[in-house]
This record gives sequence, structure tokens and C-alpha cells, in this order.
Amino acid sequence: MKYLCLFFAVLMLLPAGAAVWRMYLGPNAADRIMAIQVLGTTVTAILVLLALTSERNSLLDVSLVLSLLAAVTAVAFVQRAWPDTETDLDAD
Amino acid sequence: MTPTDWFTAMLLGLGTIFFIAGAVGLIRFPDTYTRLHIATKTDNVGLGLIVFGLAVQSGSWSVAGKLVLIWLLVMLAGASVAYLVANGAISRGIPVWKR
Repeated sequence: MKYLCLFFAVLMLLPAGAAVWRMYLGPNAADRIMAIQVLGTTVTAILVLLALTSERNSLLDVSLVLSLLAAVTAVAFVQRAWPDTETDLDAD
Repeated sequence: MTPTDWFTAMLLGLGTIFFIAGAVGLIRFPDTYTRLHIATKTDNVGLGLIVFGLAVQSGSWSVAGKLVLIWLLVMLAGASVAYLVANGAISRGIPVWKR
């Protein structure tokens, strides 16, 4: 069971690589922040799998913090750091 | 392997399939909005299946609760970010893909 979880954790590097590739390609900032979001989810999945593999429950806390910060990061980006926000911030 | 292990392996495999489908979609889909759609799919279903498979495996309620909490937080992030990014992209005039 442990080796199976380790196998899936290694397999999860494929979506992480795809997210990095999209971050490199991404035509606009929306694609890049989305790729960061997917990367965060993938790393959360890897950490959860490794927590069961290595029986270290502290990794669960790490992924908890990571998933909490993923929301804050992207919301802060959309509200504050996206270019051309002057017309958008008081639009609705 | 016990039946619980088989169940966990099945759920982990399904979740990994969703993750890999999300990766393929993230590379292949033609515009920002469709990529946003597949990214949210990965967040919700892929991580949900993996978390459910591992929560079955972990013997204690506290670990299972923490896993479900991680999944709920990621779903919250994914849903709100999908809405905010799509809204911002439309208001900035990022073009929608047409065949």
C-alpha cells in the first residue's frame, strides 16, 4: 500500500509539470495564475500521499496551510496585482 | 491486500486519472475559459477522490477530518478563483474561443 501511494505521488509530478509548462506558455496573466492554482492543488495531493506513505502527520498540516494560502494568493492577485485593474476595481 | 486497500487503490487511480486529464486539458485547450474549466475539475474531483481514498485508509477520525478539511479548502479556493479569474478576463476583453 505504501509503495502504491508512492507510485501515485510520483505520477502526480506529471500534472505539476504540465502546470509549469502552461505557466511558461500562458498567453496572459489569467492562464499563469490558473497554472499556479493547479500546481498548488497538485502539490497538496502529493503531500497528502506522502503523509500516508511516511506516516508523518505533520505533512497534513503543511498541505492544510498550502491549500489555505492558495485561495489567498489567487484572490489577492485578481483583486490587487492584475494589470489594467483601474477600470475593473470599481466596476461592480 | 485487504478489500479496504483495493478500494483505496481504485479511488487513488481514479483521482490520478482526473489529475492527468486536467493536465492534458491545461496543455491542449484553446482559450483561457476552457482551461479554467478543466483546472477547476482537477481541484474538485481529482483531489476529492484522492482524499477520500486516503481517508478510508487512515484509521483515525482526526486524520480523516483533516483530509476532508484540506479538500474543502481547495474546493473553496478553486471555485472562488475560477469565478474571479473568469470575471476579470471577460472585463479585460480576453477573447473567447470560437471554432
